[in-house]
Amino acid sequence: MIAEVENSIDTKEYFINMGPQHPSTHGVLRLVLTLDGEIIKKIEPHIGYVHRSIEKMCEKDSYQQIVHLTDRMDYLSCHINNEAVCLAVESGLGIEVPERVKVIRTILDELTRISSHLLWWGVMGMDLGALTTFFYGFRDREIITDIFEETCGARLTMNYNIPGGLMNDVPPQFSKRIKDLIIHLKKKLPEYDTLLTENVIFMERTKGIGILSREDAISYGVTGPAGRASGFACDIRKVNPYSAYRQVSFKEILFHEGDTFSRYKARILEMWESISILEQLVDNIPEGDFFTKTKAVIKLPVGEYFQRVETARGELGVYIISDGKKNPYRVKFRSPGFSNLFVLNQIAKGCKIADLVAIMSTLDLVIPDIDR
Amino acid sequence: METLQLFKILPEKIYFQNIPYLPGFRKMVGWNLDFSTLTRNIHDSLFSFFSPGLASAAEMVIIGLCFLTFFALLGLILVYAERKVCAFFQLRLGPMRVGFWGTAQTFADFIKLLLKEPLTTKNADKFLFNLAPFIVIVASFMAVAAIPFAKGLHAVDLDIGIFFITAVSSIGVVSILLAGWSSNNKYSLIGAIRSGAQILSYEISAGLALLTIIILTGSLQLSEIIESQRTGWWIFKGHIPAIIAFVIYMIAGTAETNRGPFDIAEAESELTAGFHTEYSGIKFAFFFLAEFVNMFIVSAIAATVFFGGWMPFHIGNFTFFNHLMDFIPSVVWFFGKVSLIVFLMMWFRWTFPRLRIDQLLTLEWKYLMPISLVNFLFMAFISLEGWYF
Repeated sequence: MIAEVENSIDTKEYFINMGPQHPSTHGVLRLVLTLDGEIIKKIEPHIGYVHRSIEKMCEKDSYQQIVHLTDRMDYLSCHINNEAVCLAVESGLGIEVPERVKVIRTILDELTRISSHLLWWGVMGMDLGALTTFFYGFRDREIITDIFEETCGARLTMNYNIPGGLMNDVPPQFSKRIKDLIIHLKKKLPEYDTLLTENVIFMERTKGIGILSREDAISYGVTGPAGRASGFACDIRKVNPYSAYRQVSFKEILFHEGDTFSRYKARILEMWESISILEQLVDNIPEGDFFTKTKAVIKLPVGEYFQRVETARGELGVYIISDGKKNPYRVKFRSPGFSNLFVLNQIAKGCKIADLVAIMSTLDLVIPDIDR
Repeated sequence: METLQLFKILPEKIYFQNIPYLPGFRKMVGWNLDFSTLTRNIHDSLFSFFSPGLASAAEMVIIGLCFLTFFALLGLILVYAERKVCAFFQLRLGPMRVGFWGTAQTFADFIKLLLKEPLTTKNADKFLFNLAPFIVIVASFMAVAAIPFAKGLHAVDLDIGIFFITAVSSIGVVSILLAGWSSNNKYSLIGAIRSGAQILSYEISAGLALLTIIILTGSLQLSEIIESQRTGWWIFKGHIPAIIAFVIYMIAGTAETNRGPFDIAEAESELTAGFHTEYSGIKFAFFFLAEFVNMFIVSAIAATVFFGGWMPFHIGNFTFFNHLMDFIPSVVWFFGKVSLIVFLMMWFRWTFPRLRIDQLLTLEWKYLMPISLVNFLFMAFISLEGWYF
């Protein structure tokens, strides 16, 4: 009977443009959706609306200047992006930065990660229709932004790392501010769970939706919390530790369901891990210099240099080819957002528009990071 | 010196003893602010001055003007309340700059909406596109007309009052469908179809929940429903099934007004603005206003059926307490209850994430409707056995 009715009703697939201006693409991403009613048949991401040719610009810039471009890629993980470039250049020069720099860089990385995840949490709620979460997320993120402002003066595109160390020393109240933040977050993060995680509607909306298998995660190169929610142990901090990650103990959050809820949960638990890393480091910032002196004009020896770091979204790879001049011959970034975006068609096929919004939200896409 | 002495004697002599107009005012309005005397006086004086036909026409015009004013004021107040409530939920202050505590902000916004150009998109079905906002506003206007606001303050006391309100308020869905269809925009169309499915489904539970109480009152007339609650509100007198019915009615009512967590028709993050994406200016304002007025209507029905409307809080034959409660005017009771329920609906909206369309329909057809049907039977049984207070 049902089959009969279904056969007799003439339906037609149609397409709809989601973006480049759309509230839930969070930037200028354009998705061409092929829909059958509300069910998604195909997703074609069209990228490049904020392409600024950062890689090409890097070829014209000196190594110190590259750092000022990378924070414009994934603007929510600027410290981590800049650190990646700095680490690559430092390894090329063969210089060892002081312990103090390593610890401070790690602290800043984790602060960046928390702030990025807080913003993601707010936006995730907003995408699912719970507008209030947005303000809660931003309230707590504000404290971290204030800490960043005290260190380098900027609140969004921070440039604090330079090849060889840091631009200037951290302010004297740095540790105290972080301790206050830890106390504040420990109070507020359980509130997030009561507001959103434990909500029945939220669970219904996210559990079992957009399942990404471990195999797909590996073959598409989905990294970061999205990959780890599928059981793909891809945390660069564990696999290939850099800065001070060797001396801290933390858990790599792994889930095996691979659905939207586990991706959500992975990020929430990652915030807790970041807090524990901060706790371990904040009292143990070694004394010493905040930079190693480098030459005014850095010239990397001829060769290829690669450094990967774990941003809030996944693995960021910086690949520099040097021909011995003061600017690189070629720079290539392996940005996490790019790989994470293209798995969308695989996991959101057959879902509804509302599910697509939730899935996209848990992939945590930052469009400038994809387009570069 | 004289003025000082005058002040001394003022309290006892003038205010409390020989006020000539206070008894008259009391007679006119009554202790309980009985508006029926007031309305009857206006009616009588109109009929004594004019011929019957003219007097009826004048009455209609007066009532119409009153409702228009009420409608506009209600919209403004509810929009302001929503913004403030949501702001406080979200750790911010909301509008603060225009007027005292931002009170003039909604007026400013309304003037802006009035002055904006009401665009009609090029490929839209022009007639239907322009018709839709009027249908939605007429539907909510008609529903407001049948609501008793206070003792004696009731435009039309239809003997099928509650049926009339539910019937008329669901005309709104026609306009949403028209708006979505005629906009010639895929997002609008998806929003309209979602909304159509949603409102039609939730109409059923809302109706069944109201019927559960109608079993006890035995009348569809709103004045009689209120009168039947003189010894206590139905939510207390009808105990378990009444509470279940109230919860179901609140869920269904929120869904019918297209508000969060059931705002899938507008679903900002999915469909940008759903069915009213293409509307601007006053036409958009109509949809906007209708949403808020519908919220008021749903709350007013809930207050009337479950919480006694303008009826003060009475406990059986506890005369002293009942008289004490009677001192609070009926208007205050009605609007107090309505604003509490409106606040509840705002609370829902600013707390819950949005449901998905299939979950929304599952909730209605697989849970709410069977529960309300069983609840309906349960109430019938209770009423048969006389197990209510």
